[in-house]
Amino acid sequence: MIRPFQPVQPQARAMLGIGFFVLFVGVWSIFTFGGYVPRHFLVDPVTMLGDGWYLLTQRNFLYDIGMTVWRVVGGFTIAAAIGVPIGIAMGTYKPIEALLEPFVSFARYLPASAFVPLLILWAGIGEAQKLSVIFLGVFFQIVLMVAGSVAATRRDLVEAAYTLGASDSGVVRRVLLPSSAPDIAEILRLVLGWAWTYVIVAELIGASSGIGYMIINSQALMATGQIIFGIIVIGLIGLISDFLFKSVNRWLFAWRFA
Amino acid sequence: MSELVIEGLGRTFPGVKGGKPTVALQPTNLTVPANDFVTILGPSGCGKSTLLRIIAGLDQPTTGRVMLDGVEIKRPGPDRGMVFQSYTLFPWLTVEDNIAFGLREKGMPAAQRRDIVASYIDKVGLKGFEKHWPKQLSGGMQQRTAIARALANDPKILLLDEPFGALDNQTRGLMQELLLGIWERESKMVLFVTHDIEEAIFVGSRVVTMSARPGRIKSIVPVDLPHPREYTIKSSPEFSRLRAHLTEEIRSEAILADKAH
Repeated sequence: MIRPFQPVQPQARAMLGIGFFVLFVGVWSIFTFGGYVPRHFLVDPVTMLGDGWYLLTQRNFLYDIGMTVWRVVGGFTIAAAIGVPIGIAMGTYKPIEALLEPFVSFARYLPASAFVPLLILWAGIGEAQKLSVIFLGVFFQIVLMVAGSVAATRRDLVEAAYTLGASDSGVVRRVLLPSSAPDIAEILRLVLGWAWTYVIVAELIGASSGIGYMIINSQALMATGQIIFGIIVIGLIGLISDFLFKSVNRWLFAWRFA
Repeated sequence: MSELVIEGLGRTFPGVKGGKPTVALQPTNLTVPANDFVTILGPSGCGKSTLLRIIAGLDQPTTGRVMLDGVEIKRPGPDRGMVFQSYTLFPWLTVEDNIAFGLREKGMPAAQRRDIVASYIDKVGLKGFEKHWPKQLSGGMQQRTAIARALANDPKILLLDEPFGALDNQTRGLMQELLLGIWERESKMVLFVTHDIEEAIFVGSRVVTMSARPGRIKSIVPVDLPHPREYTIKSSPEFSRLRAHLTEEIRSEAILADKAH
């Protein structure tokens, strides 16, 4: 019987999680091995793995993966390093919020992918252009979400700090920051996922390396197995980085999970 | 010796969306000498919390002023410790770091801080819980920590805004005894806001009753029960007499307040 919010045993949880992956591959196998889908539309899982092996051993695909990871981490780190402090300032000081919030809300809706042609014009087709696309895609989101989280700090904690003699800067350093730090970490975890979408967009046009470059090359060769392998690699890296992020958050903010 | 003087203190909240302004507190006068334990008793909406928040410096009066040792209160400060009804421990700090919060803000060296924290851990009976996070504590223990945190700053006044309002009856009784014990030993000026009549009598040296809408002081009733007080005093004839008297005072106000809604 499934009942609302009833916990599930750790073993059963792992079984269910893995089970769905098995189901996914199973359905995929039925459609491809069963001949319901033409091979040039969708290859079967075994061929896909073979194509992947070929990419890794013959085409130096690890280098592409490395390039893509580097771009994601680079663009995301720059955006976070600038966006988080601006977000904190906006969430803390209302005049700064009044100044920046309307523009950031507007800029947030500008599609980063539409900037690709302009960015190629401005930054060429080198790494700066790749980083810029990711930066544009995630920077404004980080600013707005961080500002929202800081602004939502419990007022009674701020008041308690003042009655204990805290100065204004003391309230920022010792209440606003620690209180919203776990939320900021969660925001970064979420936004890192979006950075993966933008890096592929950046690599589809004007790139000479990276997972997205491999995918667009494979399209020309109708190598659907390679494309799917590339997509799955991105998924796996996302899964791993998410897991790492979650573990670090749990360790850093143990007070929340106590 | 510290002295708190409240002069013509009033607070009116502006009307919401063109509505009429709300008079939370009519101009009020009250003088509290050093070491006095004043309880402020009244129905909800009588402005008792507003009065306390202005003394804490968390709210600004519309008229009048509050003087502490001849200096007008304009903003919050470490000379006025406050314990709130809601649990306001910093959830990311352990019990001992919560208690040390104000001391760190003063820039006190770590060794000195440790001694003070240890002595207050002891006074509020939290030995063995120094490294716990607030989330791991019961409501009563959280409020004990909050009292220790306010007292560790050695404030001139301790302000308490219905600090035990969310606790169960048994725990509340124990907390009242704990607070009273600390006050009997440390002699500090205490302002304690509550709507619980028994609580107001048991801990207070004077009970200030307030009337609702607009809030104002209705009467000041001295409590001449001997110290040290124990919980058994709650069944004494003198206690019953005070309770009956204050029940009448508050009841008429509660009825008026209820009609005003």
